[in-house]
Amino acid sequence: MSGQGEMTVWEKSMSFVSTYVFSRDHKIIGLQFLFSTLLWFLVGGLLALGIRWQLAWPWSNMPVIGPMLFSAEGGQISPEFYTTLFTMHATVMIFFVIIPILAGAFGNYLIPLMIGADDMAFPTLNMLSYWLMWPAFLLIGASFFTAPYGAGGGWTSYPPLSAMVEAAPGSMSAQTLWLLGITFVGFSSMMGSVNYMTTIIQMRAPGMTMFRLPMTIWGMFITAILQAFALPVLTAAGVMQLTDRMFGTGFFIPENLVVNNSVAASGGGQPLLWQHLFWFYSHPAVYIMILPAMGMVSDMIACFARKPLFGYKPMVYSISGIAGLGFIVWGHHMFVSGMNPVLGMTFMVSTMMIALPSAVKTFNWLGTIWGSQIRFTTPMLFSLSFVAMFIIGGLSGIFMAATPVDIFIHDTYFIVAHFHYVLFAGTAMAVFGAIYFWFPKMFGRMMNETLGKIHFFLTFIFLNGTFYTMHILGAVGFPRRLADPYDYPTFAHLQPLNEFMTVCAILMVASQVFFAFNFIYSIFFGPAVGRNPWRCNGLEWTAPSPPGHGNFDFQPIVYRGPYEYGSPEADEDYYPQTEAPPKEAPVVAPAH
Amino acid sequence: MGRYWSMLFLLIPILGVLTFVCAIADIWPMNGGAFAFPRNHWLPENINDHGHVIDSLFTFILYLTGVIFIGTSSALFWFMWKYDADRNTQPIRYTHGSHNLEIIWSILPAAALLFIAIYQMNAWADAKLRRPTEVVANREVLQKPFVRVTGRQFEWRLRYAGEDGEIGTRDDVHLVNDLHVPLDKEVVIQIESEDVLHSFFLPNLRVKQDVVPGMTQFTWFRANKAGVYDIVCAELCGWGHYKMRGRMTVEPEDQFKQWLAQKFEEQEKSGTTPDSGE
Repeated sequence: MSGQGEMTVWEKSMSFVSTYVFSRDHKIIGLQFLFSTLLWFLVGGLLALGIRWQLAWPWSNMPVIGPMLFSAEGGQISPEFYTTLFTMHATVMIFFVIIPILAGAFGNYLIPLMIGADDMAFPTLNMLSYWLMWPAFLLIGASFFTAPYGAGGGWTSYPPLSAMVEAAPGSMSAQTLWLLGITFVGFSSMMGSVNYMTTIIQMRAPGMTMFRLPMTIWGMFITAILQAFALPVLTAAGVMQLTDRMFGTGFFIPENLVVNNSVAASGGGQPLLWQHLFWFYSHPAVYIMILPAMGMVSDMIACFARKPLFGYKPMVYSISGIAGLGFIVWGHHMFVSGMNPVLGMTFMVSTMMIALPSAVKTFNWLGTIWGSQIRFTTPMLFSLSFVAMFIIGGLSGIFMAATPVDIFIHDTYFIVAHFHYVLFAGTAMAVFGAIYFWFPKMFGRMMNETLGKIHFFLTFIFLNGTFYTMHILGAVGFPRRLADPYDYPTFAHLQPLNEFMTVCAILMVASQVFFAFNFIYSIFFGPAVGRNPWRCNGLEWTAPSPPGHGNFDFQPIVYRGPYEYGSPEADEDYYPQTEAPPKEAPVVAPAH
Repeated sequence: MGRYWSMLFLLIPILGVLTFVCAIADIWPMNGGAFAFPRNHWLPENINDHGHVIDSLFTFILYLTGVIFIGTSSALFWFMWKYDADRNTQPIRYTHGSHNLEIIWSILPAAALLFIAIYQMNAWADAKLRRPTEVVANREVLQKPFVRVTGRQFEWRLRYAGEDGEIGTRDDVHLVNDLHVPLDKEVVIQIESEDVLHSFFLPNLRVKQDVVPGMTQFTWFRANKAGVYDIVCAELCGWGHYKMRGRMTVEPEDQFKQWLAQKFEEQEKSGTTPDSGE
């Protein structure tokens, strides 16, 4: 007979399930997001290699993988499969990697810890936000393997190509599954964003005023607001496109359309309507994909420069400015779409202006390392490279903001270069840095610094080899999304440059072995660390590593902002937010 | 180690600028090595009288952003080099920012960006808003298109106006993917789509306009060099998007007229007009 207090096997397994699987603890949910998104990162990277393979050696047999995937074509990528490749690469990277790794993984893990809360405001909602990603994973995965070809409408899914089944016969039900998958991602993000906003507003520790929040939290907070206001538009548009496909509505299908010799059942809609709705979400989404990264980079740079963040409030105002302007610039994706050119001028001006807060942020990062004491740790190297790469990605944006120039470079590799500099060289590098930085908090062990630096060096070299050259392709007018651009005499001579880029891309993906090994090995065998291995000020570093359920073993009270490094008041070169000011020096009221 | 990492970051402005210089000057140091780079890695030759505005705007922004790029990334390198904790013996500058600096580096970029924004408006209006006019019966009217280009999966269908100058009449000439354009003449092209989105992209003329089913749009240019050029589809239109390639021949006007008359004759002889109705 089992005595009281002793659990049966059933109870034990149930408690395992409720602790690690259907957990309501923000840290477990954060780690679940982290592991899922890292696996999808691998998938997205391999899809990119498929694209690169075709662009370097079109219609040639892909070694090893080719015969496994498309034995019918003798290991050769078909044009249909090529459209599926770039559609899925973008979909996976945007909806399953960047957005959920920032908001889902780091947002979940860090928000309660950095503001001094014991958990999120709505733990069950939080759990649901992770588990609603699974229908999305399954649907998008299923769409990829649906015969004969996966979704092929591009990640932007422009109708009528995406809205009319006949337009892309290869991706008949795949496109429908894709739309359903994106809708679930939307549900998940929405639950997350409501939770983050409430938590940050309501659950801050005593003394943690809004202007004492770390930049990471500001980034997450503004992102949550963007999600909450922009996302419903995409969800609604997605449902409209779904009904266009399945139930014969005609929101995005014009009158009397004949596609592929079949007449559209309905009409009276407007293809441009989709583009407006889509970009009304997806442009703010671009900032959803960068603002939390900017926040994390600000925290890492201040910590390893051992110096207060330069211009904290201007940084906060810049993030808010980017978010506000982010809602009125969506039209710059549509300069040559057929939208009224007069409207194009308005969007051009607002787009130019959104470069301003980004510039202010860059100057403040430079100001932070000026006169500092830089520790070249792996997270610092990734953060500094974020700044360097963001400069490139930000400046190339000015070209396409200029409407006449955009006429030429729109839908060319210049655009591809631009957003890979912002999203891969920017956000993904910041995420790598953040993993090295917060890993000791998450697992109580350090990652190996030497392997980390090798990983940084190789990734940094090869990413520039891959993406910088894309600017040159774009200058020639090399278009995106072509399975074989060399058929055009204008672009036929660009194949050698593409081969160079593909070699760099393969080496870049291969370099991630150093990261994967380091990450997995260090979870189990890395050197154990105490609460604050980097000697940082943030609240999360006062909790145990890893923090137990409820996070803090004391009530954190906040006395100052998070960037008091090298303060003359403190004995050490850092001054944790929770450390009470010395009693012997009371604040003296100024004499009258 | 800080010195080596700084040097790595110094490579950003050096190699970054060098790549563009090589592309513009058409020198490739790697040529003849593992990757035999051919020439022409820069803007394709512009043959549109209105296209040079776009090119010079591109170059202007390139120089402007180039200067900022060199400045900021060199500053990043220099700070990394100078403030490496292993070598820098100075204590940190304990400062939380500078009000004056924030104002300076807000106003300067704002002014530069506003300048670009206003400076380019005219070029945009010329390219997309101010359709050329012609004088008909002492009245200035919008110039009529000489050809209608219809995108469809996966070809460009062309319908030339014929002798009467009107599209949709009996003397129209129907062709596929074979656009002929008179030299040194301002022309207007009507562009449409039959099925899904396409984009009518003429790299050498700096012309690009998405075509949308249900919408009639116009584009215009003045080609100043005879030759054969590419028509590219620049908007994803399905699995065959990559092969939706048209050919544009620019030739002197008398040759163009002769060619069109000949095509009309061939069409009459064969007796097949793809879509004579409307």
